[in-house]
Amino acid sequence: MKKNLIIIGAGMASGRALEELLEQDGENWNVTLFNAEPRGNYNRLMLSPVLSGEKTYEDIITHSDAWYLEKGVSCRFGEKVFEINRIEQTVTSETGDVLAYDKLLIATGSNPFIIPLPGHDLEGVIAYRDLEDTDRMIGLGEKPGARAVVIGGGLLGLEAAAGLKARGVDVTVVHIMDHLMERQLDGAAGYLLRKALTDRGIMVMCAANSKEILGQDGHVRALLLDDGTELPCDLLVMAVGIRPNTAVAQAAGLAVGKGIHVDDQMQTSDPNILSVGECVEHDGAVFGLVAPLYDQAKVAAKTLIGDQAAFVQKEVSTKLKVTGCDLFSAGDFADGETREDIVFRDPARGVYKRLVIENDKLIGAVFYGDTTDSSWFFGLIKDDEDISAMRDTLIFGPSFQGGTPLDPMAAVAALPDDAEICGCNGVCKQDIITTIQNGARTLDAVKATSKAGSSCGGCSGLVEQLLSVTLGDEFAMPTKETVCRCTDLSHDEVRKLIVAGGMKSMPQAMQDMNWTTPDGCHVCRPALNYYMVCAWPGEYEDDGKSRFINERVHANIQKDGTYSVVPRMLGGITTPDELRAIADVADKFKVPTVKVTGGQRIDLLGIKKQDLPAIWYDLGKAGMISGQAYAKGLRTVKTCVGSEHCRFGTQDSTGLGIKLEDAMWGAWSPHKFKLAVTGCPRNCAEATCKDLGIVCVDSGYQILVGGAAGLDLLETQLLAQVATEEEALEYSCAFYQLYREGAQYLHRPYKWIRKVGLDWVKQQIVEDAKNRKALADRFLHSQQFYQVDPWAERAVKGKDAHEFEPLADLTNLPVAAE
Amino acid sequence: MSQFIDIGSVKDIPPRGARVLRTPEGEIAVFRTALDQVFAVDEWLPGKAGPLSNGIQHGTSVTDPMYNWVFDLHTGHAQGADEGQIRVWDLHLRGGRILITRDVLGAAKVVA
Repeated sequence: MKKNLIIIGAGMASGRALEELLEQDGENWNVTLFNAEPRGNYNRLMLSPVLSGEKTYEDIITHSDAWYLEKGVSCRFGEKVFEINRIEQTVTSETGDVLAYDKLLIATGSNPFIIPLPGHDLEGVIAYRDLEDTDRMIGLGEKPGARAVVIGGGLLGLEAAAGLKARGVDVTVVHIMDHLMERQLDGAAGYLLRKALTDRGIMVMCAANSKEILGQDGHVRALLLDDGTELPCDLLVMAVGIRPNTAVAQAAGLAVGKGIHVDDQMQTSDPNILSVGECVEHDGAVFGLVAPLYDQAKVAAKTLIGDQAAFVQKEVSTKLKVTGCDLFSAGDFADGETREDIVFRDPARGVYKRLVIENDKLIGAVFYGDTTDSSWFFGLIKDDEDISAMRDTLIFGPSFQGGTPLDPMAAVAALPDDAEICGCNGVCKQDIITTIQNGARTLDAVKATSKAGSSCGGCSGLVEQLLSVTLGDEFAMPTKETVCRCTDLSHDEVRKLIVAGGMKSMPQAMQDMNWTTPDGCHVCRPALNYYMVCAWPGEYEDDGKSRFINERVHANIQKDGTYSVVPRMLGGITTPDELRAIADVADKFKVPTVKVTGGQRIDLLGIKKQDLPAIWYDLGKAGMISGQAYAKGLRTVKTCVGSEHCRFGTQDSTGLGIKLEDAMWGAWSPHKFKLAVTGCPRNCAEATCKDLGIVCVDSGYQILVGGAAGLDLLETQLLAQVATEEEALEYSCAFYQLYREGAQYLHRPYKWIRKVGLDWVKQQIVEDAKNRKALADRFLHSQQFYQVDPWAERAVKGKDAHEFEPLADLTNLPVAAE
Repeated sequence: MSQFIDIGSVKDIPPRGARVLRTPEGEIAVFRTALDQVFAVDEWLPGKAGPLSNGIQHGTSVTDPMYNWVFDLHTGHAQGADEGQIRVWDLHLRGGRILITRDVLGAAKVVA
C-alpha cells in the first residue's frame, strides 16, 4: 500500500527532496504538495536575473505544472496549511480540508526580516523574497524618473539594487556597516565592490543608520537617516536578512529554536515529521545558501525511504550575481596569530585576491575582479589540502604553479599615459616613456632630456620604475627605502601616486598601490592618512584610527596614561580672563601640574582622559581653542615684544606673530612645525633655530628656514628678505605648503631641505612669484577645512565620545557579605 | 552563576577602535578589529607598555602608543625583538553583546 506524504512548501529544498524520492521510490508514495505562493517550484536564486531583465520567469521554473501532473503529485498551490494534528497525523488546510499523512515534510522556508522602523507598514515598503516582490520592482522601472532605496548592503540587497538600476530606476543602497557585504568580504574587496556599483550609477551609503520611513497618503515618500538626510523614494526594499519560518511547526508543538530542530536524518522531534530548507536548525546552525539545502534534501529523501544517510555541514562559498561585479568568498578570512595572508592586487584590472592560510592549509579566500579559479581554491578549502609545496605561487591559481613573483611595478604601470609624474616640471608618464624609447637609458639621462626628476627629485623613484617597466632587464633598479614592510614603494612614490591616481580613501590607496597587507600597519597608515589629508582637503575623510593617540584625542599622552592640555595663545599673548579660566579649570579638575612651556603658553599636566571633554568645554567658554601641542602640524609662533615695547624693536614682531598663527593654526604637516618672530637681530624669540623664523630688521623681514633644536641642532638659512608684513605672510604660507606637499611623513623641514636643496626651494618660492602665490592660495584653501577647533567638536558636539568613556566599570559591583 | 559578564555591545566600540573596561583586576583594553572580532587584554604591561587601548590597531595586532611594541591580541605576546606578554581575557560574543570571563572580578565575591 502506498504511503501518504504531505509536503508543506514548494521551494528549492523540498523540490529537490521530491525529485530524489520519486526517482528512487516513486511507486510507494502518494504526495500532496502545499504552497502558500500560487505556483510551484522555481529557482529563487535566479530572481535577480529576472529583475535585471536577463531572464524571464518562464526561464527559471524548475517544476512545471506538466511535471507535477506526470509525477502524480497532488498540488495545492495558493493554499496554506492551517494546522498540524500530530496525534491524528493529519493536516488541516485553510479551506478546511483535513488530509491524513504517514510522513510530513515541513519546508516552510524563511520570512524576510522587516526592521520595525516607524513607517515600515507603509504601502511601497517591500522585501525581496519572491516573484511578487520582483514584479513590484519591475513595475517601478516602467515609471519614468522612479527612485528606490534599498536597505541592506548584503548579497540580496545589492542584487536588488543592481536589478533596479538595470530597469532604469535611480537607486540608493543604505548599509549600516562600514563596508558592503561585511560577512563575506574584507574592507579591500568591499571598497572595490562599492566602486564598481558607484561607477554604474548606484549610490551607496555605508555606516548609515535608518531612522524612519516617511510617508504621504499612506505611501512611502522617503527614508530618513539618523543624521537628518532624507532619501526620496517611490519604493523601499528591505533586504536585511531572513528568519526561519517556524510558525506552523511551533503551533504543532515541535521542538523549535532559531529554526525547527532537526537531527542528522532531518527528522524533527516527531519521528513522522521531517523538515528541510531555510526553516530548519541543525546543530545550532541555520541555512541561507542553496548547497547545504540540497544536501539536506537528499538526506530527507533517504530517511523517508528508510535508507541510512546523515547530513553533514560543510564549508560554503558565496558569489554575487551582479553582472560585471565578480566576487567570491569562502571559508574563514578573519585575521589570526597562527594565520598568514597572501594578498595579490592588480590595480590596473581592479583585482584583489586574498588567501588565508593556517597550518599549511587554505582556510579562507576572498576574491574580487577575477574569480576564474575560485572553484579550485574552494576545493582546497573543502578538502583540507596541504598547500605547503605550492605556497609561493598558490595565489596565481592552478595554471600558474611555478609562475613569476608579484610585480612591484604594477602601480606605476597602471597609471594612465597622461598621469603627471613630475609635478615640478609638468612631465607626464607618456613623455617619460617616449624619452626612454628615444634612447635615455639612465635616470640622469631622463632628467637631462625630459626634465622629469630634475627639480625636487621626489619623482626619481617613479622615473626609475618607468625605466625598468620600459627597458626590462636592461635597467637595474637601485635599492631604496620603502615606507614599511606593507609595500615596495618609497614615501616619495606613494605621495606622487596618491595625487596622480586620485586616491581618496585608505582602502583605495592600499588597493591601487598594491599593499601586501589587508589594512597596513602603524607605520604606513599614519603616513597614508597624512598624504591624503594634504592632497585632498575637503574631499578626503580623515581616518582617526590611522592617527597616533595624541592626534586622535587632541591631547598629549604622558607616561602614566594621563594627558596634558595646552590651549592656544596666539603669539604668546594672553589676557587676565584667559588666565582666570585656566586657573579655574586647574582648581576644578585638581590638575596636579601647571607649567609654562617653551612655546609661550600654559600646559595643564596630569589630566585623566575622561575629564578632557569637560575641561575643553570650560576653556572653550572662555574663548580658548586647542593649541595643537600634540600635532604633526602647526604648533606655536613664539614672539618677542617688538617695537610696541622694546627700545631695540624694529617692527611689531608680536603683531606679525599673531597674524601668522591666526592664518596657519590647524594645519597638518609631515611633522611638527614651529615658528618664531623676533623684533631685532638680538633674537630674543630664538627665531634662528625654528622650522621657520622671521627676524625683523629696519628694512623689513628676513625669512629664515630649516632650523632645528632637537636631536639635531641647526641654524636656519636665509630664504628671502621682504619689505612688508603681507609679503612675509605670503612667503611663510608658501614655504609651509611646499613642505607640506613635498616632504616625507615624519621629516622636519631641515631634513626635507637637505634632500631637495635650498636652491630649489628658493626657485619655487622666491624666484617664481606666480608659483609662490599659487602655493599660498592652496594653503589658504586647505585651511578652510582644517581650521576647526577639535576641542569644541568633542566638548560641545560629542564627536568620538567613545574615546573618553570606559566601556564599563566592574569595580563597584555589589559584594556579598561574609 | 554565569561564568561570563555582559560588558556592552560590539557597536559600543568602533571598528579598529578600543575602549577601556575597569575591573578589580585592573584596567582591560577591549578591541574591535576591522573584521568585527573582539579581544580583551590588559591595558598595561607595567613598566614596558600601555595604555594599549590608545594604540593603533592593524589586523589582530596593536601597537603600543608609548614605545611602539606590537602585541598580538590572540596571545598577548610582544612581536619581533621585544619580549613580554600581556594577559588575554577570555570572551565571547552573543547576539552582538560582549561577554567576558568572570575571572576579571578576581577574588572579589560578587553577587550581581
